Formats: sequence, structure tokens, C-alpha cells
Amino acid sequence: MSDPVSALNGASFQGFAAIREIGPLGMITLRAKGLKSLDKAIKAAVGTKVPAQRRIEVNSDRACAWMSPDEYLLVMPYTEVATALSSLAKPLSGQHYLAVDVSDARAVFRIEGDRAAEVLGKLAPVDFATLQPGEIRRSRAAQIAAAFWAQDGGFTLVCFRSVARYAFDLLSNAAR
Amino acid sequence: MSTRLAKGGRLINRTAPVEFSFNGKRFKGFQGDTLAAGLLANDQMLVGRSFKYHRPRGIVASGPEEPNALVNLGQGARLEPNQRTTTTELFEGLESTSQNHWPSLEFDVGVVNNYAARFLPAGFYYKTFIHPRPFWKHVFEPIIRRSAGLGKAPITGDADRYEQAYAFCDVLVIGAGVAGLLATKAAADAGQRVILLEQNPTLGGRAPVDETEVQGQPVEAWLSAIESDLAARDNVTIRTRTCGFGVYDHGYVLADERIADHTPGDGRPKHCLWRIRAGKIVTATGAIERPLSFAGNDIPGVMLASAVRDYVVNYAVSPGDRTVVVTNNDSAYQTALALKAAGLDVPAILDARDRATGALPEAARAAGIRILTGKGIAKVKGGKRVVGVAVCAQAGEGAVQEEIACEAVAMSGGWSPVVHLWSHCGGKLNWDETISAFIPDPTRPPLNHDGTAMVEVVGAAAGLLDLPAIVAGVASSGTHTRVRTESRRNPDGKQTVKTSVEIPPVWIMPQGAPIKLRNKMWLDYQNDVKVSDVQLAAREGYQSVEHTKRYTTLGMATDQGKLSNINGLAILADSLGSEIPQVGTTTFRPPYTPVTIGTLAGESRGEIFQPLRRTPMHEAHEKSGAYFEPVGLWRRPYCFPRAGETHEQAVHREVLNTRTNLGLLDASTLGKIIVKGPDAGRFLDMLYTGVMSTLPIGKCRYGLMCNEQGFLSDDGVVARIDEDTWLCHTTSGGADRIHAWMEDWLQCEWWDWQVYTANVTEQYAQVAVVGPNARKLLQVLGGMDVSKEALPFMQWAGGTLAGFPVRVYRISFSGELSYEIAVPASHGAAFWAACMEAGKALGAMPYGTEALHIMRAEKGFIMIGDETDGTVIPQDLGLDWAISKKKADFLGKRGQERVYLSSPDRWKLVGFETLDGSVIPDGSYVIADGVNANGQRNTQGRVTSTYYSPTLKCGIAMGLLHQGPGRMGEVVEFNTVLGGTVKAKVCDTVFFDKDGEKQNV
Repeated sequence: MSDPVSALNGASFQGFAAIREIGPLGMITLRAKGLKSLDKAIKAAVGTKVPAQRRIEVNSDRACAWMSPDEYLLVMPYTEVATALSSLAKPLSGQHYLAVDVSDARAVFRIEGDRAAEVLGKLAPVDFATLQPGEIRRSRAAQIAAAFWAQDGGFTLVCFRSVARYAFDLLSNAAR
Repeated sequence: MSTRLAKGGRLINRTAPVEFSFNGKRFKGFQGDTLAAGLLANDQMLVGRSFKYHRPRGIVASGPEEPNALVNLGQGARLEPNQRTTTTELFEGLESTSQNHWPSLEFDVGVVNNYAARFLPAGFYYKTFIHPRPFWKHVFEPIIRRSAGLGKAPITGDADRYEQAYAFCDVLVIGAGVAGLLATKAAADAGQRVILLEQNPTLGGRAPVDETEVQGQPVEAWLSAIESDLAARDNVTIRTRTCGFGVYDHGYVLADERIADHTPGDGRPKHCLWRIRAGKIVTATGAIERPLSFAGNDIPGVMLASAVRDYVVNYAVSPGDRTVVVTNNDSAYQTALALKAAGLDVPAILDARDRATGALPEAARAAGIRILTGKGIAKVKGGKRVVGVAVCAQAGEGAVQEEIACEAVAMSGGWSPVVHLWSHCGGKLNWDETISAFIPDPTRPPLNHDGTAMVEVVGAAAGLLDLPAIVAGVASSGTHTRVRTESRRNPDGKQTVKTSVEIPPVWIMPQGAPIKLRNKMWLDYQNDVKVSDVQLAAREGYQSVEHTKRYTTLGMATDQGKLSNINGLAILADSLGSEIPQVGTTTFRPPYTPVTIGTLAGESRGEIFQPLRRTPMHEAHEKSGAYFEPVGLWRRPYCFPRAGETHEQAVHREVLNTRTNLGLLDASTLGKIIVKGPDAGRFLDMLYTGVMSTLPIGKCRYGLMCNEQGFLSDDGVVARIDEDTWLCHTTSGGADRIHAWMEDWLQCEWWDWQVYTANVTEQYAQVAVVGPNARKLLQVLGGMDVSKEALPFMQWAGGTLAGFPVRVYRISFSGELSYEIAVPASHGAAFWAACMEAGKALGAMPYGTEALHIMRAEKGFIMIGDETDGTVIPQDLGLDWAISKKKADFLGKRGQERVYLSSPDRWKLVGFETLDGSVIPDGSYVIADGVNANGQRNTQGRVTSTYYSPTLKCGIAMGLLHQGPGRMGEVVEFNTVLGGTVKAKVCDTVFFDKDGEKQNV
């Protein structure tokens, strides 16, 4: 078997901010609501607490983001998805939930530099002055759905894999 | 002649000369000039021709209200038509040409219309071109289109780029005159996050020209103090060259920033469209001076009084040695004083009022300027420029009492507050008798979602035309807090601050002017609408100002009537014997000033015009020369032409190779939705017409989805993954729609059902391995048992192939032995390459969507979007076998029971074989006897899929035919687009391998 290849194979652009495609990154969509052992399951899978509304809990290379009242996004290294899925399964077994690997369905970008927010401010109707550390926005970047949060002095942006080229061109254009 | 003065010029930098051209003539200006100032400094008073009569026109104004001085700016990829010279900043090498003239600006043959003006009255187009009917399209319209029109449309792509950006604030202040600056400071002092927008490059509004002191300080000192104060604050953002042009619901404001208009080609975006969400909007948009309606008020050299002093004070440009001032209010006296101060002559001030006793008139008297009260202009003398004015009594009919030689006329008919932004979202206006203008009614503002005022108006825009009132007005406004604006008003709803300025109405000069004079009184300069036109419209029965506007075209030009609207509706009110407030205004709509299309398009052009969806194998397809077609936002290979092959030849080769050897299809775009939960089976039984809850684990079943009306919406194969998990395949274009459809039912109707869905379409790359050698290929790849016994038709299995983690579905959309293999998308390209490589020895070739379509049609399989169009139910397509009779309910069941849908009389799916073997043209109808009420041939069916079958070497088709299945063997006739008919025999929909032996091996 070959090594997994991200949509743009790590493309990058240097404008007034730096744009990098990262990944492949492990991601799990977890759909669950009001389950007793949800906190235990998320802790076991990515080592964070359950994020509050519009929040993302980051634990070095793992994270858990609130996506909707009954949906979470778990982030982890690509190779650890299967382990994370089974970590979720044990505490949640017998309860109604859905956990599914979506690592390959996504493209992930880093937008870095002092003016990184300016790049996203041209594409997403988001008030970056009030975006708190640890907050995630499910919004859009121009014409596509995107989610992003501030991390390590920049932003991490997630979108669908099929539109990775559009997202990259868009981000690069906005960073010119 | 107009010229540059030796001294002065607040905004120009005399040490930075700039060269520019107009109609090929080279001129010199200074940095800081507008193009209009530069033209006037070079005595270019004639700058364009009017729209209808091609009359010579000069610069009238000094701001965005300019109706005449529009030019083609730049050339080639940077050509922009209709650019207002009064807002265009001069830059080195600027090239401009005048518009709307032929053959030249100086000698224009269209001016003959001027002499035929009596034949071009209001509504001329409507009256003249309506008969005979066909003439409009073939004769009148082409001629009008050529003679009308302003600038040239560019014919090449735009060399510049544009961008859009979002911004947020508590308070958005639009306009940085004294009122806007004070409002910004007040809001900033209160700790609000403030954005201040100013359309000009500099702040201060009219104050530096019109005032000497603000709040006890010299105006320039006051201005630089407040500028540096605001600039130092973290909570204030100031954007100059940015016009807030539209106010929308919920505090949404659009603004156009001219980033690089004055520095073309410097690599920055030309414009930025700011999309601002504001907690509260404060408009400090000032007021625009109104022209006076006297005969010849459009001759070059007749300018707004405020514009004249702007050119003198800001740019040190003299409009002429002698300027006659004509006015109905005190503000124009400032122009006379400014001209005097610049050493120029003011032969007279004609004041339409009987008395002029204010501080400014007294100052003018003291300066020795001759003031004639109760007087007006009978007519302006001159052709391409003013040579003098004939003076008359304002109260009379225009008998000339005196002629005064002059080069320019500075006119002021009062001031109209700029209420556009207030009005965009429904702010209401009151007619103010004191200043003869519409002003915002603070008790009826545009409202926010919570009923509070969304917009507040300060300064001249609120009708406060004197500085003390402006300053006091901001102090009493709500800009320093976020309180409701109502709370600071008097109980009777009147504004607390009053202006000391009085402006009596003067709508016609002289008031008793006969038709000969009214015929030459221009209201709308750009569209050539005169006082007599509006009066004619009124006589012809037009009462509504909106109708009159469209009939006469008053205010419909690119300036949107900034100068003409109030004068026009005053004339209309007078003609109707009505009051101005009863006539009312036309609707104020965004944008306030024209916005170039590039700004609205923003980044959406070229490669990022719209998102293209690409599969993991997209690049490989590009390398192999695939010809793509759009499927939703996806691009899918239509075929893979080889050197020298037409697309048709390629498609036929792909079909035959798949039928005889092995075909590979990129099926990654196929929708894949996981449905899981204790109620998932029940949920799918409601969604699909068939039963999915009973599907055994490891098996696949074809299913149909209908909408509530019963019409077929989507189809696909469902696989049972485990006890409470199903995987639903949808059509390529349907994945997002069906996923949303599922969530809609789960969230809104069956919210208590325990079901979760996830759209995993893009998680997997999917490859269809199709043809007699399909199994051999999988065996070469190796890793799992794909034999007939281990993996029979309509089953799936997980495992590995060539080391790739896969899920293999044994399903067929072609009638061949076929496997669809899903691999994680990150391995998609590698797996595709592995299949191509291993398939070489087995005759593998990739095939595209067209071959897929032909093969499914040969097998009689329907295609959503071909056989369905939103009016077709599954029963129409002979799919009764896929509809459960046992289920109590499913979406569409009740709909399908309706009489019309359950009637045996419907058009139903059959196959067609042409008698001559030809291909029935797409879109053909089966004709029936007779004609309908419209004289059209009756029809009894239509073709839905029609192809040349390379397998059968003849045309094949499916279509809907009235009571079709009962008419096997009958010969029917199709019409064709090119005329003539095609005869075809009604047959079964399955043309190839009727018993399904090929797929079942």
C-alpha cells in the first residue's frame, strides 16, 4: 500500500501571510447528544474535555471541536484514527452515537503570520477581533463551507477535500 | 477662460506636477488635483455632450453628484467608462477621453437633435417607436442603442484585481465632515468600536472651504487635532476613499474602497468591497447643493456655487475672470467672497429673494460686490461656454433688464440633505419648509430586528445647514451611547436642534418663465430632461413621481438624480397643483454611487470563479488527456480521447472495450451517506419506496427516493453495513441535497427518532472495474476472495486489494460483470494507478461518463435527470417492482395515489428502435394527430435518452409514451428540431443482454 496523500500534497504559498496545506490529518465525526459517558469517550479518544458551544479543546496534536449540538470533530494524527475509534466505542457501547472516519474527506490548511487574520477576513464573515482563543467557527470561505480556529500563532482551516484546490487558490489570492 | 491661480490650493502640491491627457491633448496638473480640477486648470470647460440632444456640457459639480463630466478613463485592459472627473484623482499618465460625441467633442453631428428638440419631448421613445411593432426590434432599437449610451464598454478582460473583506463594529459612521468626526469621537469616547468611512481622500468635509473656525479653533488646527486624536485610538478605524454606498437590514452596510484607482498597476487590488456589520449606523453624509432652473443652465461655465469655491480654495482653479453668482440663499455669498479673496471679479450677485440681510450678504456688500435682490437669470448667453447672463426680475416673465458679461455662473438653489443611506432601509422623510428640503424624520427611522433605530443622521444630512447647529446636533445625538435614538427626542418627535438657515423655494427662474425659456431649463443634465418635459408629463396625466421619473427618465442616469430629483418633483407638484410632500420622492436604492462590476465580483474570477470539485484521481485524468464535463460542481471525464480520435470515436471505443475486455471508471463522485441508529431501518423505509430495514448485512439493494408529491427524486444502491448501519449511495449531483433532505426530516419531523447521518462522499475514492475481465483484475491485485461464490451479485465485502484497504461492492450499472471498489481518498490516485497498471495485460481502458450513459441505456437503466424531470413518478418508469406494496407509508406514497398520478392514462417508459437505425435527436416528441389550441402539433410522448449504441450498431432510445407498455411493436413518429420526422418501433427498454447473463458470471 502507498503512503496516504493529501489533496494537494502539501502545497504552500508565501504572500503577506503563509499558506500551507497540511495533512493528511486524522479526523473523526462524532455524532452524539446527552450521553452519560461522552466526556469519558472523548477523553479516551483525544484526551480533552467535551468542548462547549463554538469551542475547540486542543491537546497538542489532538483536539475536539464543537460542530453542532449533536456533532463533534475529533482531530488526531492520521495513523491513530482506528485506535481513537475503538477508544470511543468502549465507553459508548450500547448507546446511540455515530463515529466515522472522515480524515480523507477533508483538506486542512495553516494560515500563518502576523496578518493571517486579514487573509481569512476577506473570505469569511467572521469578526476576528472577537474570535477568542479556543473558539472555532463553522462558516464559509467565499463559496465553500469551512471551519477554522486560531492555534499556534496562526489559523487552522478545514474544508472538503474535493475543493482543496479552490481553497488553496482562494487563500493564496487573499494573501497577495 | 478657466485657469490655475498663482497662489493657494489647499489640496494640491505644486512641487509635484502631473501630466495627463484628455482626448489626446496633453495637460499639466498637480498631485492632489481631481481630473475635473486639472481640466479646468487647463481651460477645458467643454468635457462632454449630453445624452439626447448632444448639447455641449461642462463641469457642474465638485463631487459624486457630477452629472456631466464623465469620461472614458484609461485604455485597453484598464478602460473604464463613465468615470466622474470630479472624484477621479489625477495621476501621472492618466488618459481620458470624452463620451457621447461623434465625430468629435467640438463638432458633434448629434447636436442636430438640439434643434429638433421639440420633436423629442418626454416619452418620445414610447410615443414614437411603438408602431409598427416589428420595427422596434429590427430598426429602432439598434439605432437607439448606437446613438445612446455613454462610455465605451471595455472589450478586453480587466487587468486589475478586486477583493472583498468583512468588517464589524459597534458604530459605523459614514462621512467624515465635522459631524462625522464628532460622532466618531463621541462613540469612541464611550468605548465603542468605531469605523469611519470617508469617500474623499481627505477628512473634514466642507468645513475647510466653508468655515473659518470650528469649536473656537481655526478649522485646519481643529481638523488636524481631531484627526490625530482619532488615529491614535485602538477602537477607531478610519477608511478614506471609501464610499458607504448601501445600507441593508440588520446593520449591514456595503462600502467601496478605491484602493488603487489613483495608482494603477501598482499590484494592489483596485477596489475593495467592505461588507460591514454594524451595531448602529450614523450617516453624516452632508448635503448636495441644488442647481437653479433658468434657461441655459447647462452651458459650460454654469456651475454649482459650492463647486466654484471648491475649485478656487482647494485647487486654486479659477472658473473665469468674471463670475456671476445667482442664488436663493446665503451660502452662495461665500463663493462670491472666495472669488474676491482670490483676486477674481464678481460682477454681480443675483439673489432671487427680495431681501438679503444675513451676515454673508453683509460681508459681500462690505467687500463692494454688487448685490441685486429680487433678480434672476433670464437666460445664459453662450454656446460652448458662458459669455454672459441676461438679468430679469425673479417675479416676472423674463424681460431682460440688463446683460452682464461673464465667463462663469455660480448657482445655488439651496441644499438637499443626502438622505439616501437613511432611506435605503425604510427611513422616512419630512418636507422641511424652512430649508425647502426633505430631511430625515427621526421618529421614523429604519429599524433593527429589536425595533430600535438602525440608522441615525447627524450634520447637514439631518438638515442642519449651519455649523453651530451641526455641532450641537451631534452633542445631543445618541452617538455616545447605544441607547435608542427615541429617548433623546422631544415628546412631540421634533429634533432638539434647529438650523438657523432659511432657504425659500425657487423652482423656476424667473417664476413666470414662458415655454421658450422653460424649454431650455435643464433639470437632469445627463438624461436631458427639462422643466418643460416634466410639465408635459403632468399634462399627459402622470401623477405618480415614480411613473413620471420613468416616463421622462428624470433621475435615471448614472448620477441617479442627485442634482435633479428635488427640482423635478417640485416642478411636478407645481404642475399638478399639489404640495411637494404629497408628491413625495422616488425610492432611494443602493448603490449611492455607481460601483464597478469588478468590485462586486471580488475574487470570483478566473480559476476561482467558482469552486470546482475534483476527485482524488482528477490529476491523473488530466494527464491522460481526459475531456471533462460538469456534473454539479464536479468535473468528471466525459471520455478519454486518444490522439486523432474524436470524442464520439473515443466514447464508442470505451464502450466496446468495456463490453469485451475491461473498463475502469472513476466513480468517486457517487454520493455516500452513512445512516446509523436504532431507528435507521425505519427511517430508510420511509425515505425509500422499497424496504431497506430487511436488507441482510453484507447485501446491497437498489432503491428509489421520492419527494412528498410522489415524484422520483434520487436513486442508488443501499448497502447494509452492520446491525444498525446502512450506507446509502446517491447520484453524483444528489449527495448534498439528499443528505440535507435526510437531516430535514430527522431534525424537523422525526426529531425523536434515533438516527444519525454522515455524508462520507469525499472520504472514499471509488473505482468501477467493469467488463468480462473485471474479476481477473481484482485477482491480479490480490488480497481477497472476489469469486462468484464468495461475492455474488448485489453483495459487498471488506478486505484488501494490492494492500489497499477496500470495500468491494458487486453491483453493475452497465450489465457487465462489475465491482465498485471504495478506498480511502488519500489512496485513491495510487489505487487508480495500480488498477491501470495491472489492467494493461487485461485490456483495461478508462471510460468516461458518456460511455457509462450509453451502457446503462443499452441495459434500460434509468438515469435521474434524463428519465426524470420532477414530473415523473417511479410507476411511469416501470419501476413498480421497487415500490413496496406492504409498507404503511413512505415519502411520496400518498402523492402517488392521487387520481392524476395513478391514472392508466400517463406517459410511460418504453424503448424505441428507429426503423432506419438512425439516432432520434435529443428533445424529440412523439407526435399525435391534430393540433392544440395554440396551433401546435399534438404530442403523445417524448424521448428521454437517445444514443448510438456501438454494441448494437444502431440508434437506441428510451422515452415516455402515452400508455406506452401496452403499445409494443407499434410504429410511432418523432418530430425533429430540423423538421421532418423519424419513425420508430415501440419496444422493450432493455436492448442488450435481456437475461442479464453477462453480469451474473
